[in-house]
Amino acid sequence: MNSLYFDNAATTAMRPEVIEEMTDKMTTIYGNASSTHEFGRQAKKVLDDSREILAKSINATDKEIIITSGGTESNNMALRQVAQIKQNEGNHIISTVIEHPSVLRTLEYLEGLGFEVTYLPVNLQGNLSTEDVKSALRPDTILVSLMSVNNETGAKLPIHEIGELLKDHQAVFHTDAVQSYGLDSIDVRRDHIDLLSTSAHKINGPKFIGFLYLNKDIFVKPLILGGEQESKRRAGTENVPAIAGFAKAVSLLDEKSKQDKQDFFKKLTTQLLSNLKENHVAFEVNGQLSDNHSYHVLNLWIKGVETSRLQMNLDLNHIAVSGGSACSAGSLEPSHVLTAMYGENSSRVNESIRISFGEFNTESEVEALSNQVVKISSKLLTKNK
Amino acid sequence: MDNSKTRVVVGMSGGVDSSVTALLLKQQGYDVIGVFMKNWDDTDEFGVCTATEDYEDVRKVAEKIGVPYYSVNFEKEYWDRVFEYFLAEYRKGRTPNPDVMCNKEVKFKAFLDYAMDLDADYVAMGHYAKISRDDTGYTHLMRATDTNKDQTYFLSQLSQYQLDKTMFPLQDLTKPEVRKIAEEAGLATAKKKDSTGICFIGDRNFRQFLGQYLPAQPGKMMTPDGVEMGTHTGLMYYTIGQRSGLGIGGTQGSSNEPWFVVGKDINENILYVDQGFYNEHLYADRLEASDFSFTTQFPETGTYKVTAKFRYRQPDVGVTVHYNAEDNTANVVFDEPVRAITPGQAVVLYDGEECLGGGIIDHAYQNERVLQYI
Repeated sequence: MNSLYFDNAATTAMRPEVIEEMTDKMTTIYGNASSTHEFGRQAKKVLDDSREILAKSINATDKEIIITSGGTESNNMALRQVAQIKQNEGNHIISTVIEHPSVLRTLEYLEGLGFEVTYLPVNLQGNLSTEDVKSALRPDTILVSLMSVNNETGAKLPIHEIGELLKDHQAVFHTDAVQSYGLDSIDVRRDHIDLLSTSAHKINGPKFIGFLYLNKDIFVKPLILGGEQESKRRAGTENVPAIAGFAKAVSLLDEKSKQDKQDFFKKLTTQLLSNLKENHVAFEVNGQLSDNHSYHVLNLWIKGVETSRLQMNLDLNHIAVSGGSACSAGSLEPSHVLTAMYGENSSRVNESIRISFGEFNTESEVEALSNQVVKISSKLLTKNK
Repeated sequence: MDNSKTRVVVGMSGGVDSSVTALLLKQQGYDVIGVFMKNWDDTDEFGVCTATEDYEDVRKVAEKIGVPYYSVNFEKEYWDRVFEYFLAEYRKGRTPNPDVMCNKEVKFKAFLDYAMDLDADYVAMGHYAKISRDDTGYTHLMRATDTNKDQTYFLSQLSQYQLDKTMFPLQDLTKPEVRKIAEEAGLATAKKKDSTGICFIGDRNFRQFLGQYLPAQPGKMMTPDGVEMGTHTGLMYYTIGQRSGLGIGGTQGSSNEPWFVVGKDINENILYVDQGFYNEHLYADRLEASDFSFTTQFPETGTYKVTAKFRYRQPDVGVTVHYNAEDNTANVVFDEPVRAITPGQAVVLYDGEECLGGGIIDHAYQNERVLQYI
């Protein structure tokens, strides 16, 4: 049996077109984009063309796109460099408890520098309302950073409404869009977004490449110092083939294909849930399947079945799902997102798995997944009665 | 023989013994899965813990020999079933053996259960001990070929069910042979130094560690004749028969012989000390023990002539065991006096090469006088 991959929120396989594009660029374009000769110009052209595609994908301009090593670097740069330039206007930052570690750890770092951070809690759906942000907002708030879609539950935060709310406030609005980019329609003008982080490998592109969108009216210093690449905002020789691959992955995703993807993932979700139900698996969805849900992520509480036992059994049957993140000694840690939603004493925290769908999943794969979940959970429940 | 249908989950600690255990099973064609047990959280202020380094070694070894590997957190089980017991015993002034309890409750219980959930046929560990399965369906725990490394003492509380599900692939190997196999296979752990001491304390200062969990109550130090010899820093820090840490020289008495712990009075908080390694107060002729466990079958009430160990790596002593099946206790009478019988440690019984089981020592006697709790 082929191994089945249901961990697309962690990373995705590259599309063949992306591999082809990168292979071509690796073969033919090896100049340094900063060089003032033919080879350099060739590389620079690929870079410029790619940047245009990336910028258009969110209705930004070329100048507003800073290529980075991915979501983590983009988040680090956004938060640290904005806090730095805005520190004379205030001291207060708003975020949520369900952010990605690259945001949470950076905010802790900023707290250490003296900034005050309000971490908004979430409701049982793993979401929050515009009102929550509104009541936390203060005259001295300089930055609001909210993820567009949560990577563990698929909850879609009301980014557009919060953008509207903040457009007349001094606070800069950053969103970590790593889980929504390529799946949802994003328009930084329409949504009043000042900074936005993305990553290529979540949308069938290469790893270690992404971008930070930075509104043209905001000037920040580079986080990575050195040469004058990226209009002096991010030093280091550009990985041209990876950038071209990223742009290729983006160009394959028009608005229709995004909608098709969401519809397809919704179908797979429905299929999986009805299979489990038919086979009398006691489960609940963590979060809420609604319009505020991104259907590529499905977080399931399989009642009475410990996360790691289920995840390992699936793995030994060549099915990859996520049981959460591992500590440095390899064992799974309780999810900070589920803990925020349900409390640390909830069984859900220790009995949930995350299934995340991608481009290449099929209905027959989902059938195989649900059959194994049925089989394994019934085995574990019987044995540990 | 086709072993590929037999799944063995190996408890991998990141040490050379369990690394070679996994390697040998893989070479024999078994369906091997490596599982690292994370039993203790010792993360320091910099986020570094020894478990991280050990797990990295597990990963490297598993990658090298080509087996899937996982890390499972047994911190709660370890805390509840081993560490709580460990502290409770110290509170009573006894000297517990957490390794015996760890094998009984974690490695061969919580871990075994977990392995069974992964459809394991067996668990395997890097212990030096032998498993022998007879024709009648019984599994026997035997001493390892490397008698110097034999670890049956620590495995003495295992039940027939636990042993039946267990493999010890190092059973016929010596430590140098194990290291040689690891080296020839290029395993990352080939030259890693053996862990010493109690696993959760590691290289740290034992007194400091224990002091974090139990309040130390300094008290009087006296000879058995009632001569005051100064103060002790807390009874829990002393073990019967131990020499070091007394902090007194040989000036008080008539001889220059070193001083040893010969007893504790937990109620009065007195530490008894006396001179000479071979001090008479250290010798017992029998002991009483409880909480017996037997590796094959529990015997009937009766008298049995076997050999016994009272601590790890001691030569066996001939004993007569008067076992009472009703309350699972025994009176163990020695063929010759034995030094420093320590309440809280295991008394382990052998019939030739076979480890029959053991109990936990409660009291030691000399001429019908209770020793140590004078």
